[in-house]
Amino acid sequence: MAQTQLKDSDFEPLYVDENEAEKIAGESNSYWKDAWRRFKKNKLALSGVVVIILLGIMSFIGGPISGHNYFENDLLSANKQPSAEHWFGTDNLGRDIFARTWYGAKISLFIGLMAALIDLIVGIIWGSIAGFFGGKVDEYMMRVADILYGVPYLLVVILLMVILPQGLWTLIIAMTITGWINMARIVRGQVMQLKSEEYVLASQSLGASNVRLLFKHLVPNTMGPILVTLTLTIPTAIFTEAFLSFLGLGVPAPLASWGTMSSDALASFQYFPFQLFFPAFFICLTMLAFNVIGDGMRDALDPKER
Amino acid sequence: MLKKKWFLLLTLVFALGLLLAACSGDDSGEESSGDSNAGEDSSDNSEGSDGEEKLAADQTFDINIKTEPPSLNPGTASDTTSGAVLDQVFEGLMRINQDGEVEEAMAESYEVSDDQKTYTFKIREDATWSNGDPVTAQDFEYAWKWVLNPDHADTDYAYQLYPIKGAQAAKEEGASLDDVGITVEDDKTLVVELNQGTPYFLDLTAFYTYYPVNHKVVEGNDDWAQEASDMYVTNGPFTLESWAHKDQVVLKKYEDYWDAETVKLETINMYMVDDANTALEMYNGGELDWAGDPTSSLPLPAIPSLKQDGSLNLSPLAGVYYYAFNTEESPFDNVNIRKAFASAINREGIVQSITQREEQPAMALVPPSIWEENEEGYFEDNNAEQAKEYLEAGLEELGMDELPPISLSYNTDEAHAAIAQAVQDMWRENLGVEVELNNEEWNVYLDSMGEGNFQAGRMGWLADFNDAINFLEIFQSVGGNNYTNWESEEYSDLLEQSRTEGDADARKEILREAEKIFMDEMPIAPVYFYTNAWLSKDNVKNIEVSGLGGVQFKWGYLTEE
Amino acid sequence: MARYLLKRLVYIVVSLFLIVTITFFLMQAAPGGPFASEKKLTPAIEAQMNEAYGLDEPLHVQYMNYVVNAFSFDFGPSFKYVGQDVTDIIARSFPYSLILGLEAIFIALSIGVLLGVVAAVKHNKFGDYTAMVIAVLGISVPSFIMATILQYIFAIKLGALPVGRFDTFWHSILPAVALATTPLAFIARLMRSSMLEVLNSDYIKTAKSKGMSQKVVTYKHGLRNAILPVVSYLGPLVVSILTGSFIIESIFGIPGLGSEFVQSVTNRDYTVIMGTTVFFSVLLLISILIVDLLYGLVDPRIKVTGKGGKS
Repeated sequence: MAQTQLKDSDFEPLYVDENEAEKIAGESNSYWKDAWRRFKKNKLALSGVVVIILLGIMSFIGGPISGHNYFENDLLSANKQPSAEHWFGTDNLGRDIFARTWYGAKISLFIGLMAALIDLIVGIIWGSIAGFFGGKVDEYMMRVADILYGVPYLLVVILLMVILPQGLWTLIIAMTITGWINMARIVRGQVMQLKSEEYVLASQSLGASNVRLLFKHLVPNTMGPILVTLTLTIPTAIFTEAFLSFLGLGVPAPLASWGTMSSDALASFQYFPFQLFFPAFFICLTMLAFNVIGDGMRDALDPKER
Repeated sequence: MLKKKWFLLLTLVFALGLLLAACSGDDSGEESSGDSNAGEDSSDNSEGSDGEEKLAADQTFDINIKTEPPSLNPGTASDTTSGAVLDQVFEGLMRINQDGEVEEAMAESYEVSDDQKTYTFKIREDATWSNGDPVTAQDFEYAWKWVLNPDHADTDYAYQLYPIKGAQAAKEEGASLDDVGITVEDDKTLVVELNQGTPYFLDLTAFYTYYPVNHKVVEGNDDWAQEASDMYVTNGPFTLESWAHKDQVVLKKYEDYWDAETVKLETINMYMVDDANTALEMYNGGELDWAGDPTSSLPLPAIPSLKQDGSLNLSPLAGVYYYAFNTEESPFDNVNIRKAFASAINREGIVQSITQREEQPAMALVPPSIWEENEEGYFEDNNAEQAKEYLEAGLEELGMDELPPISLSYNTDEAHAAIAQAVQDMWRENLGVEVELNNEEWNVYLDSMGEGNFQAGRMGWLADFNDAINFLEIFQSVGGNNYTNWESEEYSDLLEQSRTEGDADARKEILREAEKIFMDEMPIAPVYFYTNAWLSKDNVKNIEVSGLGGVQFKWGYLTEE
Repeated sequence: MARYLLKRLVYIVVSLFLIVTITFFLMQAAPGGPFASEKKLTPAIEAQMNEAYGLDEPLHVQYMNYVVNAFSFDFGPSFKYVGQDVTDIIARSFPYSLILGLEAIFIALSIGVLLGVVAAVKHNKFGDYTAMVIAVLGISVPSFIMATILQYIFAIKLGALPVGRFDTFWHSILPAVALATTPLAFIARLMRSSMLEVLNSDYIKTAKSKGMSQKVVTYKHGLRNAILPVVSYLGPLVVSILTGSFIIESIFGIPGLGSEFVQSVTNRDYTVIMGTTVFFSVLLLISILIVDLLYGLVDPRIKVTGKGGKS
């Protein structure tokens, strides 16, 4: 094969605009876009998303397709085993557990997500500010959190229930009133630890604003523990609701939630285990889904894995 | 066998990764398996004697009383748990016997004056306190006047003593304690004057607020009932051996009790286990000889299978479960509406499928254990037709086309919630009314009921003593335990009239008439009359469960299995 | 250091004061009172009781009394359990919760950290998945369901452990395990995630490339840094576990502090509420202080100084 001869005339100088010199030709990937790309690759995490979406859909159509509703009593067919008529059996008032499970899904998911979201927002803002500025600011902000933590939670809840109208939002407020503190504490610890890292110092000496530093550099780097905490906030919220209904402060009857359904079924666990099985199974499934999503997000959001 | 179980356990423990359990030595394991059966007589293999009962060698009885007794001072006690302990260690002038009738206890005999207003009690010569002191009339006087002293707080049940002349005045209006109708004639003679003839007064003297205390020991020391100590001196069939707060009370037979011959049980262990399921399992595992009422309760879901295998014991309890209507607020200010709601409840259904303890559907106020006639009641249970008629009549009177949504309140409890949800459904079905359930924490609930902040709300009443008046007088006037805001002059007059009526039959006639008026006005919708439901081991005999929610171990014994 | 400690102690006192204040007014604002019962007291007797317990005093007087009592740790007698001193109630119920709590923390911490480290070291391998399945199950099953199931299997079906009450060490196993489940799972996940982060960090990579053995890297360098989030979670956790769990205690019939606390609120037993709250808060505030100090010890980058470690 003959070698190609190159002459000077084969080359011509490329005109380079000074301004364009630093331009990056590839599509610029924002942090979030990048994260999403990586997340999509994680099959396990995606299947978690699918499960949550399915649960969400079922929470709306589950009731109608069963042909029953969540509140109608039928005392004569109380505590029936699962059958063609009642797919998941019936509870102590003869209500269809299938219909109640999906109605409960709606309420439990809503409570869990809302409580987690509020915890997340408040906790991140509070914790990162305290951790970042340190000193007096930190001192005062964390002491406020301590005090809130020390006040008897039940008293607060009882009072809220009396002052505010009975309903889901009251419950959510009651749960988040101290729920964010854990999140704040963890974020603070992480931020304190990270702020002396070189890349933060570098960014700082390049003149980045505090807000930019915090939310562009520090918070994304704390995502790991935050997401772990978050995936735990959702079950905690669902269980707190169950505990509160144990004391009569949960969702008002005959509304159903997984928490109330399982705490009601607990007493009859030995006699009608299926009454506990279904809500407990779906709680577990939901938790599992959120956990794999959380893991996937952790990996995807971690800037170090870029 | 045991070893196998242990092996299985340890395997499972490992499987769960429970290092702690796995690391600890198994030498203590044998100890524990012995421990968990300790105090329990292991005589399964002994020959059962047919016909003749043989007393078990170990007369130790184990029972659950659910919670810490709030007070073991008879003067300040006001709850059934405290009562369950006090009834064994103290004894009043009289006692309710196994047939449910009052008989002499600390009193050897008594006389009643012709006007029924003066009682003279002779106290037994051989009645002694557990420290050897004789029981005297002064002990009764001291105990009762201590309760009536306005300086002594926590005497919630002082009103139990109000039939005594001048008692209420001394407690509430600043009158002198010396004017209270309690006179010590001599060491062994006590004279009690009443405001008016009180046919149930002897029953009252069997109640714990009427128990004596040893004034020689207790005087000047109001803290005597805090612990099981030398100061805790008693006069009943048992003594308080130990009191581990919130954990366990141990009673021992009092050997010098005047009727010690009758008392067979040597030791009574009273455990405080709150969870009904756990208590039932302790019973199944042989750690308890008794489970359920009246000192604790059986888990609701367990009832059907217990009933089926025939092990469940049931007895009527003088109490009524009801929904109070707020008669001041529309629509329950209308009597026809109230009747419509009362008729639209399917009580039989509730009793059969929810509470399941063979409670009697209540269509009256006074329990059938007091008035047998009330098994029938004043109206028909679950009559949807009738309910609709009442509803139409009521709506017309109110000038409404249909009922607005109404709210049904109850305090938090699994059973209350189940019943309320069933009733909600019945009202929706039979009356086409939207019912909102309103469930509140107990203290909040009592507060809103007291403020009249409800439309229909759950309440219950357990008799203090076995007489119809105890139920009827709740509703004599607004306030107190009458949350309905309903009162009637005619009704009140009849009750007053009954108080001065000396003849038992005539008195009953008057009270029946009052109840009829009440049920005609229907300020409450009665739901059912309570029952006691319990399990006891086959070799447990003669433990007396009273219709008033009490229990007595005086006659109890264990036979050999 | 001494100045820092002193300052923190002052904060603790101030926090305590605020907690007592807030609790007092919450208590007063909550409907119902300690003497409410199904069978109502006559008004005269209720008035006498209010007088005896000082509830008839104007609010500011009551408040002053409470503050003084709270700081002298003398809360007076319970309203519900006639004549029993609040300090006695705490003193008799706390040991139960303490023992259970210590067992639970031991289980949760040892197994949780172990699972987390295993999962991180065997990232995306079998060990990781096994550890995380255990962790997820632990989180997914609420402690009251866990307690019931444990009781059912080990006490009722196998008859190997006692059903309830607290007499011997063997009585404490089931409740302690039930109590440990959720924190165990939480710690495992927290540990895994922060361990992963640490193992990916440059200094670990450097250490590895310098030829240090995997073991030394993981346990000497990795663990110490990765445990930080766990430490900051531990403070409140320890307190909430030590002060008992209402549900676990009531299921197993254990006379601990957790049930005392919840019942005091539902009974509106003001003195017991105040006593348990102050007790809980003191423990909490001190444990938070300890955690902050520990943080300084564990993490060389944070210096405990009066300036709060601002760089």
